[in-house]
Amino acid sequence: MSEHTRFEELTRFSAEIRKETTKAIAGAGFGHIGGSASIADVLAVLYGGMMKIDPSDPEWEDRDRLVLSKGHCGPALYAVLALKGYFPMEWLQTVNKPGTNLPSHADCRKTPGVDMTTGSLGQGVSSALGIALGNRILGRDAYTYCICGDGETNEGEVWEAAETANQLKLDHYILFVDWNKKQLDGRLETICDPIDLEAKFRAFGFDARTVKGDDVEAIWNGIEDAKAVSGRPHAIILDTVKGEGVNFAEEEEFNHYMTFGMDKAEAACAEIDRRLRNGTYPGGDC
Amino acid sequence: MVKLCKEIKVSPEEMRAAYCGALIEEGKKNPKVVTVDCDLMNSCGTKGFMKAFPDRAFNIGIQEQNACAMAGGLSAAGLIPFVHTFAVFATRRIYDQIFLSCAYAGKNVKIVGCDAGVSAAFNGGTHMAFEDMGIMRVMPDVTILEPSDPVMMRALLPQVAETYGVFYLRMPRKTVYQIYEEGSEFTLGKAEIIREGSDITLIAIGLEVRQALAAADILAAEGISARVVDMFTLKPVDADCIRKCAAETGAIVTCENESIIGGLGSAVAEVLVEADPVPMGRIGVRDEFGEVGPQSYLEERFGLTAAHIADKAREVLARKK
Repeated sequence: MSEHTRFEELTRFSAEIRKETTKAIAGAGFGHIGGSASIADVLAVLYGGMMKIDPSDPEWEDRDRLVLSKGHCGPALYAVLALKGYFPMEWLQTVNKPGTNLPSHADCRKTPGVDMTTGSLGQGVSSALGIALGNRILGRDAYTYCICGDGETNEGEVWEAAETANQLKLDHYILFVDWNKKQLDGRLETICDPIDLEAKFRAFGFDARTVKGDDVEAIWNGIEDAKAVSGRPHAIILDTVKGEGVNFAEEEEFNHYMTFGMDKAEAACAEIDRRLRNGTYPGGDC
Repeated sequence: MVKLCKEIKVSPEEMRAAYCGALIEEGKKNPKVVTVDCDLMNSCGTKGFMKAFPDRAFNIGIQEQNACAMAGGLSAAGLIPFVHTFAVFATRRIYDQIFLSCAYAGKNVKIVGCDAGVSAAFNGGTHMAFEDMGIMRVMPDVTILEPSDPVMMRALLPQVAETYGVFYLRMPRKTVYQIYEEGSEFTLGKAEIIREGSDITLIAIGLEVRQALAAADILAAEGISARVVDMFTLKPVDADCIRKCAAETGAIVTCENESIIGGLGSAVAEVLVEADPVPMGRIGVRDEFGEVGPQSYLEERFGLTAAHIADKAREVLARKK
C-alpha cells in the first residue's frame, strides 16, 4: 500500500471512529464527547495498522497493548474496537445502559480488547508502565501505548511513573498526551497549567516530541520516529482540539461532557462526511 | 497439622526474614514472581529476593501509588507482583490504586504491609496502621491475612503466591514470638483452634495470638476454660469456625492489633448477628490514633495485653446466661 493511500484510509477510519463514538454517546444521551473526539485520530493510527493485534484473539500474549488512561473516553475506544471486530457494532448502542459491556470508563473485565481498566486518572500511566516492564521481563517484542489527558498530568502519579519509566529505560513504552487544552472545569491555564509538556517529559528523561494530533500521517510518523530511539521511554504530545470533528462540540466552550440525542449525532456525522468530501476533515472550514 | 510450641519464646528469626525466605522459595518455583519495592527494602527485609533474582526485583523509589498501579500492569502482562512497603502506605496511601488497578481490574497482585499496628513502635502515630485491616476489608475481591509467626508465614506464603487475586498480607517486621512447631500446616481461609476450651472463645489475629494464649493461662488458673482461635485470614473470615465456637462456648472475645472498627472484631460480630448471637467483647484499639514508644508500652497503652484480654473475658462471661 502506498503511504498516500494508507493515510487516506486512516483518515477515513478516524472519521468512522468519530461518527460511531458520537452515535454511541448519543445512544446513552450524554457523555464525554470532547476528549473522545480529540483521540479519534491517534486511535485510528494505533488500531488501523500501527499496533500488532489480533481482534479474533484479544488475549494474545504477544500483542501490542493500549491503556486508555483517560478512561472516561471509553466510548471512543469502544468505537474503534467494534470497527475492528472485537465485538458486534450493535454493542455501541448499549453504552452506559443496564447490564452493558461498555461502561463509561474503560473496563478490562467487561470489554473484549480493553487491555486495562482505567478511570481514576494517573493510574493508567502506571499500569501501562507495568505492562511494558512485564513484557520486557517475559521477553516479548511488544509495544505498550498509553493515552493520557493533558489535565490528567495534574496527577502526581503521572510524574512518578515518568521517573520510573526513565529509570528502567523502557523504550517500548509510548505515552501520548492528548493536549486538547481543556480539562473538565475549563482551559488548562485557568485551572492547573501543565505549561510545556514536551519539555517536562524531556526533563524526565523521555524521548519527547509534539505532533499534530488530528493528522494521522503526523501521528504515524511521530510513532515511527519514537521507535527509532532506543533506551528511552517516549512521550508524544498530541496537539489537538477538544471536540474537534464533532460540529456541535466544537461550538461549545465547555465540551468535556455533553448531553445530546441522536438527531444531533446524525447531523454531526453528515457534517463529518461533508468535510471528508471537501477535504476539510476533521476540523472544518475554520 | 498444627502443633503449638510447648514454650512460646521470641523467634530467633525476624518476621521479615521469614517472609523473604519464603518469597525466595516461591521465586525459585515460579519465574513469574516479581517484586516492587518503594525505597524500604532494608526495612521490609526484601533485599534477599533482589539478590537471588536481580532481574525480577524492582526498587522504584518513594512512589507507592505508581508501584501499586504498575503492579496491576505487571499482572496484566502475566506476572505475579509482590509490592512491599509499610502497612500505612500499603493501604491508606494507595487505596485507590489497589481498588482500581488491582481489585476492580481483576488482577493478581500481592500487597505486603510491614509494621502492623503497634509494631510500628518508634516510628510512632504517623506510621501506625490501626485502620489498614478495616479499610481493606470493605474492598471486594481482596484476601486479607496476617500470619502470626514465621512458621505460619512459610506455610501460607506459597498459597498466597499460587492463588490468583489481590491479597493484603500484614506483618510486623522484626521481633515476633514463635507459636507453632516447624512444619505446622495452615490453609488460607481456615481458622485454627489452637487451644481447646469450653467456657469462652478468644479469637485472635497476628501479635494478639500470643496474648490470647497467655490470657487463656490466666483464665485457666481461675477455673475458666478458654478456647483460642488463630483467625489468620481476616477475609474471607472463617464463619463456620466462628459459629461453631459461639455454639460450643457461648461467649467470644476478639483480639486484634488494630482498630476494633472494621477489623476482626467487626468481622466476627457481623457473622454472629446473622447467626445466633452470643455475648461478645472486643480487644483492640478503640478509635484512637497511634503514638510513639516501645511495643510493650503500646500494647499496655492500647489495652492489648493478656491481662486486658482476661479482663474482657470475665466481663463477657458475666453476661453469659
